[in-house]
Amino acid sequence: MFAESSLNVRNKRIQNLFRILFLIMTILLIIPVVAILATLIAKGGSIISIDFLFTHPTNGMTAGGIFPALLGTVWIVAVALLASVPLGVAAAIYLNEYAGDNWFTRIIQLAIINLAGVPSIVHALFGVGAFVIFFGFGTSILAAGLTLAIMTLPVVIVSTRESLRAVPQAFREACWNMGATRWQTIRRVVLPNAVSGILTGVILEVSRTAGETAPIMFTGAVFFLPFLPQGVFDQTMALSLHLFVIATQVPGVPENLPFGVALVLIAMVLLMNSISIAFRMYLRGKKKW
Amino acid sequence: MLEVNPLQRPMTTDFDSRDMDWYIDKIVQFLVFVAGISAIVFIIGIFVFITFEGFGFLLEDFSFREFFLSPFWEPSDEDVPEYGILALVAGTASVTGLAMIVAIPFSLGAAIFIGEFATGKLRESLKVLVELLAAIPSVVWGFIGLSIMNPLIIDLFDVPVGLNVLNAGVILGLMAAPIMTSIAEDALKAVPDRYREAAEALGATRWQVIYKTVLPAAKNGLLGAVLLGVGRGFGETMAVLMATGHAVNIPGSLFDPVRALTATIAAELGETAVGSPHYQALFTIGIFLFIITFLINLTADLIVRGIRKG
Repeated sequence: MFAESSLNVRNKRIQNLFRILFLIMTILLIIPVVAILATLIAKGGSIISIDFLFTHPTNGMTAGGIFPALLGTVWIVAVALLASVPLGVAAAIYLNEYAGDNWFTRIIQLAIINLAGVPSIVHALFGVGAFVIFFGFGTSILAAGLTLAIMTLPVVIVSTRESLRAVPQAFREACWNMGATRWQTIRRVVLPNAVSGILTGVILEVSRTAGETAPIMFTGAVFFLPFLPQGVFDQTMALSLHLFVIATQVPGVPENLPFGVALVLIAMVLLMNSISIAFRMYLRGKKKW
Repeated sequence: MLEVNPLQRPMTTDFDSRDMDWYIDKIVQFLVFVAGISAIVFIIGIFVFITFEGFGFLLEDFSFREFFLSPFWEPSDEDVPEYGILALVAGTASVTGLAMIVAIPFSLGAAIFIGEFATGKLRESLKVLVELLAAIPSVVWGFIGLSIMNPLIIDLFDVPVGLNVLNAGVILGLMAAPIMTSIAEDALKAVPDRYREAAEALGATRWQVIYKTVLPAAKNGLLGAVLLGVGRGFGETMAVLMATGHAVNIPGSLFDPVRALTATIAAELGETAVGSPHYQALFTIGIFLFIITFLINLTADLIVRGIRKG
């Protein structure tokens, strides 16, 4: 009764053609990256060991491990998180729980979008002008961490806001009806229901912060240090800058060393992201409302 | 008969509920407001601080003509230092342009496949994969340009050096594509399902639905995605520093090395004395970058908002 007309057959064929075309495009987008990852593992995998992670570089950075760089990255990320998470969460609370839908909120949103879009090297210039020179922190972990905190602030604000928005309005209304103030509602009802979502955003921020190079180059990270940083006013080495340095500035580096560093860096970042994604999926499955 | 309960407080204070919790509430409200406007403070702060550091150059050595029209960037020349960013702008533009030629078709195609064709598990895993691709740090991309793309280009095209527009453009394209894919996919998702259902009810195939209904409706969002990709390419620093060859040059072919605006700052800021004309000139480039990316982001936002209202 419904025999396929020739027009229908033709349309179906066009549809399948485009379906395959776009599938190929998607695959072509992914293949180079898989190939790159495979090359990194093939060329740098041999050098990775517990020793590599926990010993100092030797012979003018042409041998030895990456421990000071790894530790420096942890320092910088910690400072950046301590500064940006409280600020970002509070900003998201303001935007989602207090701010009305008006021109002022629009301007704040525009500022957040722009903060995320400012080139990383401009953030570096700001870090130099503001933290290193004006506030007198010098080139230090503190200056580098704060520069990265401002740069990644939009990540925290946007992801926290998403998870606050996911808390049903009825929860808040029920709480208000009991006579609770806005802050009591936020603290006892909204935040506990959103905390795991906020955490996924924070993990994502860790991965962003750990990989950045340009903003820390002039604010706190240095090419080489013979000792470990003792506090936030010290300079430090950092993993991302270390990769740049041994790939471009140091002569006579054996080939597998920079590949190994790149592999550690990329593994760290992808691991953080995977945890964040897995966590998000787990939460989505668990949600009762 | 009206009886007054002695324990009951007078009526007037019943309405005045300013107890401890009320004050805490007000203080918190003020604190989160301060945090809320911090993004505005930082954006203004960035502009103020980089302008402040670059101010001396703008007042004394800056010549509009030389800065924008001279192809010579020779700030360390002892006799006549020259601060022309034309070649640097050409470097940034050529690399970003090539990156967009690489990235736009693939990311839009991938977004359409993920958003409209793929379903269930396949869709979820592709989305995760794209998200992971977007997370690879730029210094790793630069290293890939240096150590993998460079010999590859030398082999394939028989050129002496593989660090050039082609290398950086492809690297930047691969970097920008996942981000553009995610944003474009969001734009497709923003098209209401009833549009698709209406088209399907009229007997349209999946492709006809996409081509005639979804794409026109998502047009502005897709344009916004492309613009954000341009902004990202424009501001990228480490990858461009490592893969372009870093030679001040107006490129004549894909195989010419160039130097980008961002990379110039990254390479030279460490060598300059604080407050010297060269140092201030680098901050002036920073002001230029800030203004351009600000305009790109603003335009993208206005375009995307346009559809939400309409």
